[in-house]
Amino acid sequence: MTAVSEQIGNWLDLFTAQPPAEAWRKELRDGALERFCALGFPTTRDEEWRFTSVAPIARTKWAAAPEATADADAQAPWSTGGIRLVFVNGRLAGPVPSLPKGLEAGLLAERAELNRIVPETAFTALNTAFLDQVAWLKVARGAIVETPIHLVYITTADAYVAPRVLIQAGADAHITIVETFAGSGAYFTNAVTEIVAGQGAVVDHYKVQRESLDAYHVAALEARLGQSANFRTHSISLGGKLVRNDVGAVLSEGAEATLNGLYIVNGSQHVDNHTTIDHAKPHGTSHELYKGILDGESNAVFNGKIIVRQDAQKTDSKQTNKNLVLSDNSVVNTKPELQIWADDVRCTHGATIGQLDAEALFYLQSRGIGRREARSLLTYAFAEDIVDRIKVESLRDSLEKVLFEKFHEHADQ
Amino acid sequence: MALLEIKNLHATVGDREILKGIDLTIDAGEVHAIMGPNGSGKSTLAQVLAGRDIYHVTEGEIIYDGRNLLDLSPEDRARAGIFLAFQYPVEIPGVSNMYFLKAALNTVRKAHGLEELDAMDFLSLVKEKLKIMDVDQTLLNRPVNTGFSGGEKKRNEIFQMAVLEPKLAVLDETDSGLDIDALRIVAAGVNALRGPERSMIVVTHYQRLLNYIVPDFVHVLSEGRIVKSGGKELAFVLEEKGYAGLGIEDAEEEVARV
Repeated sequence: MTAVSEQIGNWLDLFTAQPPAEAWRKELRDGALERFCALGFPTTRDEEWRFTSVAPIARTKWAAAPEATADADAQAPWSTGGIRLVFVNGRLAGPVPSLPKGLEAGLLAERAELNRIVPETAFTALNTAFLDQVAWLKVARGAIVETPIHLVYITTADAYVAPRVLIQAGADAHITIVETFAGSGAYFTNAVTEIVAGQGAVVDHYKVQRESLDAYHVAALEARLGQSANFRTHSISLGGKLVRNDVGAVLSEGAEATLNGLYIVNGSQHVDNHTTIDHAKPHGTSHELYKGILDGESNAVFNGKIIVRQDAQKTDSKQTNKNLVLSDNSVVNTKPELQIWADDVRCTHGATIGQLDAEALFYLQSRGIGRREARSLLTYAFAEDIVDRIKVESLRDSLEKVLFEKFHEHADQ
Repeated sequence: MALLEIKNLHATVGDREILKGIDLTIDAGEVHAIMGPNGSGKSTLAQVLAGRDIYHVTEGEIIYDGRNLLDLSPEDRARAGIFLAFQYPVEIPGVSNMYFLKAALNTVRKAHGLEELDAMDFLSLVKEKLKIMDVDQTLLNRPVNTGFSGGEKKRNEIFQMAVLEPKLAVLDETDSGLDIDALRIVAAGVNALRGPERSMIVVTHYQRLLNYIVPDFVHVLSEGRIVKSGGKELAFVLEEKGYAGLGIEDAEEEVARV
């Protein structure tokens, strides 16, 4: 057998061992498996995967995750105050909490809008092929849900898990979602989140990825924005051995999208953020700021695609990627990818890769602050720029603490 | 015993010699003005005293408070009581002025065997100092120097000095970029900090600042050497006759501001 068919053979075994599903899920699963088999895992010869090799994922024979329990408070301490759904090894743990008016949440019972907007790739197909419990949030037209909704995914075994989320925000609805990924062991999370925001809806999305350092994490987040909708997402990537995030947003007329990200890697960690902002209609605005801190022998990839369609006049788009490299052995590959078909638009982009500012270091030292302390303070400040934009207070405070300790630990090494 | 003794100090940046044999002695409580045209080495001297590592001392020594200053890291110099008010204060986004100052003050206090101040004690101390400098309290919550006007940055420098209470303050062109009102406020802040236990080196191109901060001694620096020293009246001679009156060429600024 060739390597490829061997890989697919492993997945076929896992696929057929799944518990049976009702008709709508079975149909999606079967179709997706077929697509996955046709696509196969990408290689570094694929432009979209040039700097990220998924060979370690492809050559592993993954097992299904057993049922388990886990301490969500420890893994996501910021989620204790809100409405929370915890998934352990892919299964919802505990009952669905009581919900405010205008919000429906729980497990998806019918296909609805599922799998209609996420771009098809080997990984999204592989997620759909293992559709199990789908987390589902629906906010009614005009409903304003002030309490953040936390989705916490914890993996406790060396296994394959395929978290899946569908979020539907009706016209003029407001919702805040925090997704947290954590766990222990050498597992493979392959997540897909789809967000459909109606006209004038406001969707605030946060993702905190603090997977085990032995884990693989591949995730797609796709948002479809109605007219004048406002979508913000902040991706905080701390854990994982090999991480790939694909974030996409398609904007209707007058829609606004903010895609921010922070990635902090050390040791042999590899993180890859690919974003696609598609200005399909006029008067759209997008802001994008991704910042990375690299140490050890870590690698980071940033690819920011911005498409401005012919029809999307008066688009205003800004993209920035900044990298702080603390070691000589870290590698950053950053690439803006602008495709502009309209002529009356404003698009700016910029990328930097640098070290700590020597003048700032000296300034702090000249006030008595030790060199190591000064380094950690400046590193923290670099990250704080993103964390400061988080509106969920419990999350912001917790992350500030996590980062503060992280960089002070670093300074003491 | 002198607080500071600079003997035959030579310093280079890259392969260029900037300081070519400086001798200067400062006793406790004295205020010395160092004047000189652009490129004479004034700012280099200020930065060498604070320990900026882009300058290399190739010859000579600096004895500060009985210790060999050149052996100390910049942070240890600060802890030993040296304070440099920067000509170009550095913006540090993401670090609040309050956090920064508290960290600075507590490391300095620790070095002197004093207890670290908690947030409450620190705040009451700082409020008192804010009054002296006529600085608004909201400045504390803003990131260090970020988005500050030129005047605010200079005031923030002197405010930090008021909090850290150094033994030797080096003011590097604290007057540059200030209008007359801002200059008066900054000078009043500096004067409030004068005392028998605090020496100052006031580096300036113009005599103007010295109308407000009256020095005990004036030194004129040219091409990396002190070419003339005198009392405060020397500044008036310079004001009247210019550097050319002393036979010194005042070149356009050519030394990069490092």
